[in-house]
Amino acid sequence: MIEKRPISTFFTHLVIIIGIIIIAFPVWITFVASTHDAIRMTQSPIPIWPGDQFWVNLKDTLWSGISESDTRPISRMLMNSFIMAMVIALGKIIISLLSAFAIVYFRFPFRMGFFWMIFLTLMLPVEVRILPTFEVVANLGLLNSYAGLTLPLIASATATFMFRQVFLTVPDELLEAARIDGAGPMRFFFDILLPISRTNIAALFVILFIYGWNQYLWPLLITNDQAMVTVVMGIKEMLESAEQAPVWNRIMMTTLLAMIPPVIVVVSMQKMFVKGLTETEK
Amino acid sequence: MLKRVHFGPSWLPFALVAPQIIITLVFFMWPAAQAMFQSFLVEDAFGLKTEFVWFDNFIELFDDEIYLKTFSRTAYFSFLVAFSSLSIALILAGMADRIIKGATFYRTMLIWPYAVAPVLAGALWVFMFNPSLGIITYALDMMGYDWNHKLNGGQAMSLVVMAATWKQISYNFLFFLAAMQSIPKSLIEAAAIDGAGPARRFWTIIFPLITPTTFFLLVVNIVYAFFDTFGIIHAVTEGGPANATTILVYKVYNDGFIGLDLGGSAAQSVVLMAIVIIITVIQFRYIEKKVDY
Repeated sequence: MIEKRPISTFFTHLVIIIGIIIIAFPVWITFVASTHDAIRMTQSPIPIWPGDQFWVNLKDTLWSGISESDTRPISRMLMNSFIMAMVIALGKIIISLLSAFAIVYFRFPFRMGFFWMIFLTLMLPVEVRILPTFEVVANLGLLNSYAGLTLPLIASATATFMFRQVFLTVPDELLEAARIDGAGPMRFFFDILLPISRTNIAALFVILFIYGWNQYLWPLLITNDQAMVTVVMGIKEMLESAEQAPVWNRIMMTTLLAMIPPVIVVVSMQKMFVKGLTETEK
Repeated sequence: MLKRVHFGPSWLPFALVAPQIIITLVFFMWPAAQAMFQSFLVEDAFGLKTEFVWFDNFIELFDDEIYLKTFSRTAYFSFLVAFSSLSIALILAGMADRIIKGATFYRTMLIWPYAVAPVLAGALWVFMFNPSLGIITYALDMMGYDWNHKLNGGQAMSLVVMAATWKQISYNFLFFLAAMQSIPKSLIEAAAIDGAGPARRFWTIIFPLITPTTFFLLVVNIVYAFFDTFGIIHAVTEGGPANATTILVYKVYNDGFIGLDLGGSAAQSVVLMAIVIIITVIQFRYIEKKVDY
C-alpha cells in the first residue's frame, strides 16, 4: 500500500475478511450439519455450532452409506471418483504430449489437418453433443465402465496447445545435440522434452484432476450401475431422497467428502494451480 | 509451427497422434455429425419410421414460444451470474491488491471454491435455503420474509444465480488480481504523488488498464453460465418451478433424455454448437488483439 493510512488499511482488510466469511459460510453450515445426529438435523432452527458426532458420521457414511435404505458406502464412490479423475488427468496429459510432439517435431502428411481436428474439439463440449455421444458409447458397449466414464473426455485441445507452446520454446540445439549423440525420436522425447515440461505437466495435472473429479453430466448419463456411481453424481440422488428420509447429517458429510479432495489439491499446490489456470487459458 | 530442425519422414508421427485423433473422431466428430444429421430428421412416436425434413426441426424450434423463452431466460441468467461474480471479484481483487501483509493467506481463502463441483455448490446453497430447514430460510422467516424456491420461480432463479456466482468468484478474483499486480507500481505511485486517492486511482488507472482481462473474463463467465451450471440447476431446482430456471443446456438434456424428442434435442444441440463456435471465435479474435499490443 502506498500511503500509510490506518483507517483505509483497516477498511481494506475488513472488506476481504467479510468476503472470506461470506464465501466460507455455506461450507461452515455444511460442516456443522455433518457433526450432529440425524434427529437434531430435522429440528428448525438447525444448529450453527458443531456438535460431537463428526467421527461417528464420518465412519458410518464412509462404510455403510447414508441411511437404512441407501447403504452404498461412500468410500466406494470416492474411489470411483478418484479413478475417474486420475485416468482423465493422466490420459489427457499423455495423449496431448504425444500429439504435440508429433505436430512440432515431425513433418508428415495431414499434419495441419490433424492439428485443426484437435482444435475443433474446443468447440464441442459434452453438453452440446450429449445424445449422440451417449449412443456411440452405448454401441461400443462401454456403459457402466471406467472406459466409458473417461475415454470420451480424454481428448484435449487446450493441453495439446499448451505442450505445443512449450515445445516451440525448446532450443533447436538440444535436438541437434541429441542427434549427434545418436538419440532417436522417442529417446529425445523421454530424456529431454519430458524433463523440460515437468512443471507444465504438474500445473496441468492440478487443473485436469479437478476437471475430472467434478464431472457430473457425463457420469450421470452413462452409469446406472450402483457400483459405478461417483461421489459428485451421488449427491443429487441423496438430495432427492432427503424429502422422505432427511438424513442431512450424512448427506452433508458426503458433500463435504466430495469437495475435500479437489480443494486440498488446489490449496496445497496453489502455485501450480495458478500457473495451470493462467496458462491453459491463453 | 514446425521446428526448423525436425525428424525425417516415418510412420512414427502417425502412431503418436493416433490416440488423440481416434478419440476425437469417435467421441467428438462422429457424434457432432450425428447431431447435425438427426436435427434434419423426424421420428414417429414408435421409433419405426424416420423422415428427412430439412429445416423443419429448426423452424419448429424457433416458432416454439417455450424455446424462445428459454433462450431469453438463459441470457438473463448469464447476465446476472457474470455481472455479480465479476463485480464481487473486482472489489475483492482491488482490496487484495492493496494488501502486502497476509496477501497469500487471503488469496488461499478466496480461491478454493474453484475446486468445488457445480452440483456440490448447488447442494451447499440448497441446504441453506431449504424451505423447511434452511438456516437462511429461518433467518428470513424471522424477518417476515417467506422463502420457498420450490414454489416461487423468482426465488428459484435467485438461488441458482447465487450458487453459480459463489462458485465463479474465485476464478475471476485470481485473474483480476494477476492483472492488477502486473500494472507497474510506478504508475500508481505517480498518481498518488499527484494527489489521487485510492478510489480515484482505481477508476482512472487500474480499471482501464485491466480492460482486456475484464473482457476475457466476461466471455469465460458467459460460457460458464451457459454450459457449466447444469449441475447447479439439476441439483437445486431441476429447471422448475414451472420451467422458471430451465436454461438451454438443461432443456437439451431434458428433451433428449427425459422427453425422448431426438430430432428436437439434436436441433437444440446444433444451436448450442453454433453459440459455442461464435463465442470461441470472439475469444480468439480478442487473444490475437492482445498479442498485437
